[in-house]
Amino acid sequence: MDAEITLHVDGAEHRLTVDTRTTLLDALREHLEIISPKKGCDHGQCGACTVLLDGRRANSCLALAVAHDGTEIVTAGGLAENGDLHPMQRSFIEHDGFQCGYCTPGQIVSAVGMLEEVRAGWPSHVTEDLNVEEIVLDDDEIRERMSGNLCRCAAYANIVPAIREGSER
Amino acid sequence: MKPYSYQRAEDVDGAVAALVEQPNAKFLAGGTNLVDLMKLGVEEPDALVDVRRLTSDHVEDLDDGGLRIGAAVPNSVLAADRKIRTRYPALSQALLAGASGQLRNLATTGGNLLQRTRCVYWQDVTTPCNKREPGSGCSAIEGHNKNHAILGASEHCVATHPSDMAVAMYALDAFVVVHGPDGERRFPIEELHRLPGDEPQRDTTLEHGELITAVDLPPLDLAANSKYRKVRERASYAFALVSVAAALDVEDGVVRDVRIALGGVAHKPWRATKAEEALRGEPANEANFHAAADIELEDAQPLRDNAFKIPLARNIIARTLLDLSEER
Repeated sequence: MDAEITLHVDGAEHRLTVDTRTTLLDALREHLEIISPKKGCDHGQCGACTVLLDGRRANSCLALAVAHDGTEIVTAGGLAENGDLHPMQRSFIEHDGFQCGYCTPGQIVSAVGMLEEVRAGWPSHVTEDLNVEEIVLDDDEIRERMSGNLCRCAAYANIVPAIREGSER
Repeated sequence: MKPYSYQRAEDVDGAVAALVEQPNAKFLAGGTNLVDLMKLGVEEPDALVDVRRLTSDHVEDLDDGGLRIGAAVPNSVLAADRKIRTRYPALSQALLAGASGQLRNLATTGGNLLQRTRCVYWQDVTTPCNKREPGSGCSAIEGHNKNHAILGASEHCVATHPSDMAVAMYALDAFVVVHGPDGERRFPIEELHRLPGDEPQRDTTLEHGELITAVDLPPLDLAANSKYRKVRERASYAFALVSVAAALDVEDGVVRDVRIALGGVAHKPWRATKAEEALRGEPANEANFHAAADIELEDAQPLRDNAFKIPLARNIIARTLLDLSEER
């Protein structure tokens, strides 16, 4: 069964017809050829498909396209502004925060979304004082908050410093 | 995935009516569990009725001093809510111990309560499972059952409820608000989930067409001194082997009141009422905490691979209560 939807992706509006079974990830990759969100596990376990939905990071493989009609979506490909890479993208390059690179777009979008959560004062599982006003983003906090993004090359040793420094820019 | 129709109702009544008309329709909220199960072929609805925008996505004060959590409040927003953090910290901690940042942003309060078990046999359509196909048998009872139930199971099903959030809500005496074909009803959360018995296909007591619209947290002074502790095989992003939510009120070294609920041990979050009764009026010390846990776990029936859950549950109950008595 088909449905007509509108998606706002990286600042551009797209009208498209999708089968109701189409995930947001497949709508982006297969219908719109926006391929920075990657399909890893397709079950919400690896985070390679992470995008921002109305500003919040989410797994696009578990979101049905039809249920997100009208949503503002930001992918890793849309983070650069006027040709300048996003500070988090530059930090990943400088710190060599990847090996094969397949999880990287998801890692970077997730990190950008995560920083907004930190700025909003959201605590995490490792935040000592639940009622703290300002979160101190140390390495333990980064590891906990990024646990939804797997890197099977295990480039974590460089991903953590990349995010730490990217968060300070 | 089997084809299905998708519809978005105008309001809660419309969504309920749409479901009632279609016996094989399902409500869709965040979709983090349902969409996954549809990909696996475990869930095969003919129709999805999207309710994510229909119910409240706010946490509001109730006249009695409690809080009403709209069913559409995302898990991440609920965990970060200042009133929840201050007055019901175990609930924030439970939410933060579950899933990942991305999933918590999509998953809703109502959906979290209705998520299905992560029993590997239930999720694998090539294996017999009484929950998926009643009468086909249980593959877990003689299979790999490290993650399965030690309390309240039946010969038909040994699955566990996977939610962290619900465990805290059980300990905090929450109420569930439900809209159905016959109007609204509100009942203690303990009455929401079922033990498997001989109908393991039924996770909850809800009838087809009933929609959770809110969860109420009653005013509960001891909830401010509450805590969630979860033991899992990774430091993050894994389901509980065993978890505990507890709230404690100690005066002059004596337990005035206490709430304890366990996760990872049964087909539903397990309210440890026997342990609570054993503790009220008794000195708050480690020996009594262990003794109370033993009373609760007396009926535990381990399977081949999960006997470790008994001492694990005993120890984290005692440790959590000890932490709470020291923090006060």
